[in-house]
Amino acid sequence: MNREDIIKPENLVYRRTPVLTENVMHYCPGCGHGTAHRLVAEVIEEMGIQEKTIGIAPVGCSVLAYNYFEVDMQEAAHGRAPALATAVKRLKPDFFVFSYQGDGDLAAIGTGETIHACNRGENITMIFINNGIYGMTGGQMAPTTLEDMKTSTSPYGRDTHLMGNPLKITELLAQLPGTCYVTRQAVYTPALVRKCKRAIRQAFENQKENKGVSFVEIVSNCNSGWKMTPTAANQWLEENMLPFYPLGDLKVSK
Amino acid sequence: MKGNEAIAEAAIRYGVDGYFGYPITPQSEILEHLMAEEPYKKTGMVVLQAESEVASINMVYGGAACGKRVMTTSSSPGISLMQEGLSYIAGAELPCLVVNVVRGGPGLGTIQPSQADYFQTTKGGGHGDYRLITLAPASVQEMYDFVGLAFELAFKYRNPAMILSDGVIGQVMEKVEIGDYLPRWTDEYIKKSFPWATTGKNPNTPHVIITSLELDSSKQEQVNIRIQKKYRECEANEVRYEMINCDDAEYIFVAYGSSARICQKAIQLGREKGIKVGLLRPITLWPFPSKILGEMADKVKGMLSVEMSAGQMVEDVLLATKHKIKVEHYGRFGGIIPTPQEVLHALETKIIGG
Repeated sequence: MNREDIIKPENLVYRRTPVLTENVMHYCPGCGHGTAHRLVAEVIEEMGIQEKTIGIAPVGCSVLAYNYFEVDMQEAAHGRAPALATAVKRLKPDFFVFSYQGDGDLAAIGTGETIHACNRGENITMIFINNGIYGMTGGQMAPTTLEDMKTSTSPYGRDTHLMGNPLKITELLAQLPGTCYVTRQAVYTPALVRKCKRAIRQAFENQKENKGVSFVEIVSNCNSGWKMTPTAANQWLEENMLPFYPLGDLKVSK
Repeated sequence: MKGNEAIAEAAIRYGVDGYFGYPITPQSEILEHLMAEEPYKKTGMVVLQAESEVASINMVYGGAACGKRVMTTSSSPGISLMQEGLSYIAGAELPCLVVNVVRGGPGLGTIQPSQADYFQTTKGGGHGDYRLITLAPASVQEMYDFVGLAFELAFKYRNPAMILSDGVIGQVMEKVEIGDYLPRWTDEYIKKSFPWATTGKNPNTPHVIITSLELDSSKQEQVNIRIQKKYRECEANEVRYEMINCDDAEYIFVAYGSSARICQKAIQLGREKGIKVGLLRPITLWPFPSKILGEMADKVKGMLSVEMSAGQMVEDVLLATKHKIKVEHYGRFGGIIPTPQEVLHALETKIIGG
């Protein structure tokens, strides 16, 4: 039996979605970004909206997301993706628009843009990757860094009296009338990946009905920044991140 | 109508697709006029009050990246907040219009007119090597007309354009000839005309990426070289200026915007006293009319740069005239407008008698 005998349509169980480019991703082995990218891309493929989608990339680890999504992409300044997404959607209301941001981008430097885009009820999908750290710049403290968590700028652990408290921005956004769907997901087990994909699908479907912001937080790992093996990082995520950032839907509007 | 209202009316009538702004004195009439006119019902133009100037300019970025004609307006402190976005827009080579109705600074300063944002505008207020195509209106009519011209130049060079006005031109009421409603560009026209824009991936071509990031520095240098080449073309083709009473002039006022209006009165007062003085009014502040100023330096005895600042444009006048003749600056600042008598007196003491 040779290669051609095996690769037949009826044997196909797994392939790269055409909504991802063939570029090799720069993410660290074990990082959740690659999975999150794939889920967004698969949803776009399955909904048949590749030619009617515009994505907004952030600054941070996923700054080069525009090289991976095979849809028209714009690269925003740090924190400003929701402002770009606002204009794109308003000027092209029949398009599907998504922003993809990390925690430093969305919940620190871009907090204003995030809250106001959500409060205005922009009809967009916001994907938020929360790994509790600034990964790209080398593991500094993020707004979402847990209490006592060690980072390069909280080397003795996050002292909340000195450095403030971890920000549950997703809970905050769920309070705003402009958000229609707010959910927190994870991608570190196959079951969670499948669940997360359903949430992302819902978040894109909502754009068809002009319901407002659909917000999907994905609690993710940063094994490089956390200085752990991928397996240990996933375990640490489950034991430490999830008690503070519990998974599930925070808001589902009818 | 007011200068600010002329900007708003021009935006609607020139077929602008989107306006994103934040209130600040002395230009809030622009957003107010647009909201009152409800152009989204007439032409489909989007008008949105953003949460900050930072958001406004980034909304402009998003809209411009779609090939749409989008704009924002503000006044000095708000324009300072936009500098990051302007640098990104210039770096991503996107066309847009930003209007600055300048007020006195630094800091929160004053709400009265000023021209102290010349450096910020023409030398690049944000980071990196970039330029803003800068138009300086001296009348309400030019406030209207330059909206159309600014978009034409912005799209021609894929670069942000700035209308650098001031609190006088923004607030003064003058008669204006306004044009008919021009249709907005269709999505089909944009897709066909601007392949660089994010208009939705075409089935058989790669996706479009709008970015100002290039991690490979040898490629980033090539980006800069390409942008600079574009700027040289702009300098060669787009210099605009007006000359008044220059044919027999021994002395020249160099002034833009409302200062140029004051100088016109000062010329009248000077000529009544037998002083042969004229005005060179730069209309484009970048590209700056250096060539004509250099030629004038061979013909006249001195030039006075009149600005409502501590002396900013005077540096470009000095560069253009290469110290061949006496060049001085006269200005009031912090929101004070000079009188024609003060301007003439400055010419007499700093240039003629100096």
